[in-house]
Amino acid sequence: MNTPGQGRAGDVAIYALGLGDDALVLAQRMGEWIASAPELEEDVALGNIGLDLLGQARALLTYAGSADGRTEDDLAYLRGADEFCNVLLVERPDDGDFAHCVARLLVFSAYQAELYARLASSGDETLSAVAAKAVKEVAYHRDHATQWALRLGDGTEESHRRMQAGLDAVWPYVDELFAADELEPGLPGVAVDPAELREPTVAYVSGVVGRATLAVPDVPAAPGGGRAGRHTDALVSMLAEMQGLARAMPGVTW
Amino acid sequence: MTTRDWPLWEVFVRARRGLSHSHVGSLHAPDAEMAVRNARDVFTRREEGVSIWVVPAAAISASSPDEKDAFFDPAADKVYRHPTFYSVPAGVEHL
Amino acid sequence: MYGNHDTTSVPVEAPAADDPTFDRDFMALIDDDGRVEPRDAMPDAYRRGLVRQIAQHAHSEIIGMQPEGSWIGRAPSLKRKAILMAKVQDEAGHGLYLYAAAETLGVDRADLLDRLHTGRQKYSSIFNYPTPTWADIGAIGWLVDGAAITNQVPITKCSYGPYARAMVRICKEESFHQRQGFEILHTLSHGSPQQHAMAQDAVDRWWWPSLMMFGPPDDDSPNSARSMRWGIKRFSNDELRQRFVDMTAPQSHALGLSLPDPELAFDALTGHWRYGEIDFTELFEVIKGNGPLNAQRMAHRTDAHERGDWVREAALGYAAKHARTEAVA
Repeated sequence: MNTPGQGRAGDVAIYALGLGDDALVLAQRMGEWIASAPELEEDVALGNIGLDLLGQARALLTYAGSADGRTEDDLAYLRGADEFCNVLLVERPDDGDFAHCVARLLVFSAYQAELYARLASSGDETLSAVAAKAVKEVAYHRDHATQWALRLGDGTEESHRRMQAGLDAVWPYVDELFAADELEPGLPGVAVDPAELREPTVAYVSGVVGRATLAVPDVPAAPGGGRAGRHTDALVSMLAEMQGLARAMPGVTW
Repeated sequence: MTTRDWPLWEVFVRARRGLSHSHVGSLHAPDAEMAVRNARDVFTRREEGVSIWVVPAAAISASSPDEKDAFFDPAADKVYRHPTFYSVPAGVEHL
Repeated sequence: MYGNHDTTSVPVEAPAADDPTFDRDFMALIDDDGRVEPRDAMPDAYRRGLVRQIAQHAHSEIIGMQPEGSWIGRAPSLKRKAILMAKVQDEAGHGLYLYAAAETLGVDRADLLDRLHTGRQKYSSIFNYPTPTWADIGAIGWLVDGAAITNQVPITKCSYGPYARAMVRICKEESFHQRQGFEILHTLSHGSPQQHAMAQDAVDRWWWPSLMMFGPPDDDSPNSARSMRWGIKRFSNDELRQRFVDMTAPQSHALGLSLPDPELAFDALTGHWRYGEIDFTELFEVIKGNGPLNAQRMAHRTDAHERGDWVREAALGYAAKHARTEAVA
């Protein structure tokens, strides 16, 4: 593996960190569903998705940390919420509502599928290797979310209502996925410009939403800022749980 | 409250190319599309397969245990179907 | 596991259970170490006993997801988080395999879950103990999974085919479960003094409950004898318990942890480890539902199930709608 950041002041590392944090935070959310899914088969399916995301997170955080000698665990367990650079979409709690879980996964996996497909040809060999592996994983996640969106949207009256509510709840966070920040323009041929992911991602999601007899929400975007470390309380409480033990006993091996 | 079960599906997996699909177990799924996907998640977590079939359990017709004598015993005395039935002179190879 | 409880696809009736030769033939099959398969005629008590045992086994797998599942979000390293997520996920799969084995006997998973949720069927009382520290995840893997594997390996040769086959798959997949627990404890035991103390405390709490997982002593276990006669159980409770103690006692030395039994000692004469008397009064309290977390485990389980009602209904609604559309088209 190469080391990111030479000559570019760790920009590649910061870029990898953002994508890695996305995957880590969503993996943590997926983990909350195991033993709480609507059916046993779905416990297993969501477990697989969580494990894929966690694998992506570990590869990306390891790479990001190699720039300044930090491990994946240093990055996952010893940063505060304001140092996390994930998008806000992934930190939203599902509150045990499967429709929210499906809506978020549909949007996020559609975004990741477009992102990784492009990142696979990144000039950075580590990022391109991570993306080449992940692109197959997220294709499955997107399919899984699609199947469920169709069934919930076009299932019963109640499920239609709930699935629409789930979409409405996640939709304000869609914009942030495609927001430009200062990073990508400085990494031509390495990073993917998020703005170019908007059209194909929204086209895919809208197609599914239509087939599911649902409506694309018409709601104002929520303030973004996740990539810059501006997060909601949901991330703060997630990290309190996730990092509690590791922080209580620093410097040991687990 | 008890909701209705999703139907039961029988799952057949081809472990690798060149082999037949073999029965590996069963699971519940609302329809065929989900059954294939659930089978992938449940039965191939450890690279156990390259291809999956699912069949509604209710669609399988089986021979009855009660008929097993009539079905299978008549094959027992057809020893001439097996190569070991035939004597081969010593020294003859590749036969 | 096909067709056995769907009479529409079964062209010929199974032999009547009141046929006088029936039990004799069945017992001859058992005595010959043969396998009983789903649509075979079988004594009603055999069927009922199997359903009860397999269902309880399945319930234990899915309730057993909770004590460990509560640590997925808190695992202290990403590697441990991934391992634990995979393990708890496996347990869902194992519950699923076992429910499917029970379904070959003519019951439905929804009914079995309903019996669990209404307290008419039990799960292993070991899962009613709390997991207050990370070391509990290690102790569960090493001791609880170790005891479970000791119990389960002989079931791979039990007389009922689907149960035996499910168990083959489960045992294969579980081989990493015990090891990861051992590794957690080994790391803690050889880590900081605080970590070592955490590991020792967990082993102290889990040792006796895991010995109780093998059930009451043989003299006091009426179901056990019949289960052995039918080839469902291959070894007695005490035999399996001894096997477990013989396996784990030396491992505790490698871990650098002690087991909380002053009478535990190797008996060179028998080649076995002797252990102190087990206080089963606690076990019986836990089985009766007075365990520390009985109510919480059941509440979590029924809550997840009820919150899934609308999802399961939706999927059926979609399937019905689209089957109709296709038929019309």
